[in-house]
Amino acid sequence: MAVATGNSFASRFGVHIAVLIFVAIWTIPTLGILVSSLRDKDQIIASGWWNSFSSSTQTEAGRLPAASMQVEKDGKFVLQGNIFGNSPVRNISAFGVKSAAPTQYPAGTSADLGDGVTLQLNADGSFIMQSPKAFEGDRGQRVYYASSAPPKFTTDNYKTVLFSEGIGRSFMNSLTVTIPATVIPILIAAFAAYALAWMRFPGRALLIAVIIGLLVVPLQMSLIPLLKLYNGVGAFFGMPSKTYLGIWLAHTGFGLPFAIYLLRSYIAGLPREIMESARIDGASDFEIFVKIVLPLSFPVLASFAIFQFLWVWNDLLVAMVFLGTEADQIVLTAKLNALLGSRGGDWEILTTSAFVTIIVPLIVFFSLQRYFVRGLLAGSVKGG
Amino acid sequence: MADVTLRQVKKSYGNLNILHGIDLDIKSGEFIVFVGPSGCGKSTLLRSIAGLEEITSGELKIAGEVVNDVPPSKRGIAMVFQSYALYPHMTVYDNMAFSMKIGKENKAEIDRRVKQAAEILQLTKYLDRLPKAMSGGQRQRVAIGRAIVRNPKVFLFDEPLSNLDAALRVATRIEIAKLKESMPNTTMIYVTHDQVEAMTLADRIVVLKEGHIEQVGTPMDLYKKPGNLFVAQFIGSPAMNILPATIDKTGNPTVVSHVGGRKASVPIATPASAKGAAVSFGVRPEDLIIASGTDYLFEGTVDYVEQLGEVQLVYVDIGRADLPLVTKLPGNVEVKRGATLRLSADANDLHIFDADGHSFSLRQPEVKAA
Repeated sequence: MAVATGNSFASRFGVHIAVLIFVAIWTIPTLGILVSSLRDKDQIIASGWWNSFSSSTQTEAGRLPAASMQVEKDGKFVLQGNIFGNSPVRNISAFGVKSAAPTQYPAGTSADLGDGVTLQLNADGSFIMQSPKAFEGDRGQRVYYASSAPPKFTTDNYKTVLFSEGIGRSFMNSLTVTIPATVIPILIAAFAAYALAWMRFPGRALLIAVIIGLLVVPLQMSLIPLLKLYNGVGAFFGMPSKTYLGIWLAHTGFGLPFAIYLLRSYIAGLPREIMESARIDGASDFEIFVKIVLPLSFPVLASFAIFQFLWVWNDLLVAMVFLGTEADQIVLTAKLNALLGSRGGDWEILTTSAFVTIIVPLIVFFSLQRYFVRGLLAGSVKGG
Repeated sequence: MADVTLRQVKKSYGNLNILHGIDLDIKSGEFIVFVGPSGCGKSTLLRSIAGLEEITSGELKIAGEVVNDVPPSKRGIAMVFQSYALYPHMTVYDNMAFSMKIGKENKAEIDRRVKQAAEILQLTKYLDRLPKAMSGGQRQRVAIGRAIVRNPKVFLFDEPLSNLDAALRVATRIEIAKLKESMPNTTMIYVTHDQVEAMTLADRIVVLKEGHIEQVGTPMDLYKKPGNLFVAQFIGSPAMNILPATIDKTGNPTVVSHVGGRKASVPIATPASAKGAAVSFGVRPEDLIIASGTDYLFEGTVDYVEQLGEVQLVYVDIGRADLPLVTKLPGNVEVKRGATLRLSADANDLHIFDADGHSFSLRQPEVKAA
């Protein structure tokens, strides 16, 4: 007995650990994107996001004033001032004059630069440079220093990407594509699933087999023929070649086999007696569908809605084929891809855009996930 | 006001025949129970009457009207299912009102009838509940209520008590019996495999086997005068003892000799042609009593005793190991294993069946005609 409980404890412990690991693998990068998107762009370069709550140290270069600013004092030529000028003061920890050794001297010490020249750079940025001989030249001495800045969080990145990088517009485009491309297949598939599950008509089994067969048709194979077909039909009605209607239809077509398959197996599993009872109560097929089947199928409609929404939202290929790349049509994935090319080094833009892209799937998932686990059938038949 | 008449009703799925020509007349206001082992077609027959299955051939009339092609909702029937088949997303009120809402009745009438049905079934305080918040017995009452509000001419029950536990089954059975009493003009057809339900509820029982009607009659008819071996063994628990025998003397009474050459005189007429025929000799366990004198039917040793308190089932070895004789004796009689027991029975409680399993007692008219 003790062994048995020990085993079950160990196995349950193992399951919990595994779940924890998966959760960590999934959430930590997401958290990283979120934190990075809120950081100042200079700090993103200076340190990883996991250091973002401590001060970040970054090494920068500055230049002392030109020789013309020197004053003679006690037989020495002196250059004095603050290296930050008018910009905000940061805390300097070390400095140097060679790029190979940018942090050679601790801040506040006097560095001997040779020929009797000394340079002292203090933590607050003030410096004093002395030389027995007069300084010469238009360009002042190059100075490298390591300074630390307090953590700085900002929503500026969001303002930038949403309003000046075009992500906001793409976001709306993506929603314009995704919402109808989710709703239309559900509407069609629910009717089809009920008919295929509960209505008797000749050729039903064949129709089901064909639909199941369509599940394995590769999307890539049918993309171009579909586009040509759409363009041909569109030209007849005077429609331009790349429209939202086109991509809605394309996503509907690609989503339908799976939608019908999923919904049919669920609806076919509803208790037969409930349908028969409704038929005896005088309900027509349409009334049974609307009043009984649809409410009872809500969990599976929700799960399919999640699948379809995420798939369409994250789709790049279909959008590239059926939609243009102009501002009024480009979807988030395509926009993100374009930004990767044009703003590849600007992490603050990329992380922020990425987070804007994943925020909707996150909301959709968390608001509908309870329908994955909850069964509405409790209580209809025995044992419920 | 609704007779149900079946004429040569047949049902088959492809080559598989389920019902082989059922003829049955159900009078208005009768409580009819279809009973039989699983797979006998009793549910199919009920569903055919409901219109959930189309009959392959034959004629089905409800209230004098042929309803072969009439949809279920237009047949004036209501059905209660074994699994209740409540609409899980609707409250009790909505469940009961569903059919009237579909039929576009006015609100006040719906309300009145739902409240009335709820009153009869003591569901008034549960009207706002969802089915999942109710017990099995309450759910079955809602299902019955849903049937009542339709005000049907014919009530159909498909094993309505099979999902309930034993205590609830008895209580709900009594409720159904009372419901029938309160609706004397409504015909009720009830399917069950439980002979206790059949015996207690039915005005007439229809015993089905493999798509044929074996016998139709009142519960006591079937018990006292089973028409054939199947009915004899199906009705009554434990089943009737059946022993091989031969007819020694025909006429009335008939004398048969059964196990061990022992003779029994049975007050049932047999035709002269049956002399020497191999027959089956039957006696119910509860009709056997311990014989007091030398006039007894069976003698054997007690093989096994099942004490049930009120009664005890005694298995007696009468010389045929494959055919132990079962007898139901009062619980307070002391019977020891291995003891010798002599048993007798009232001559009127004895049955004989011919080689085809038909009872001689029901063949009497034929005999006279011959």
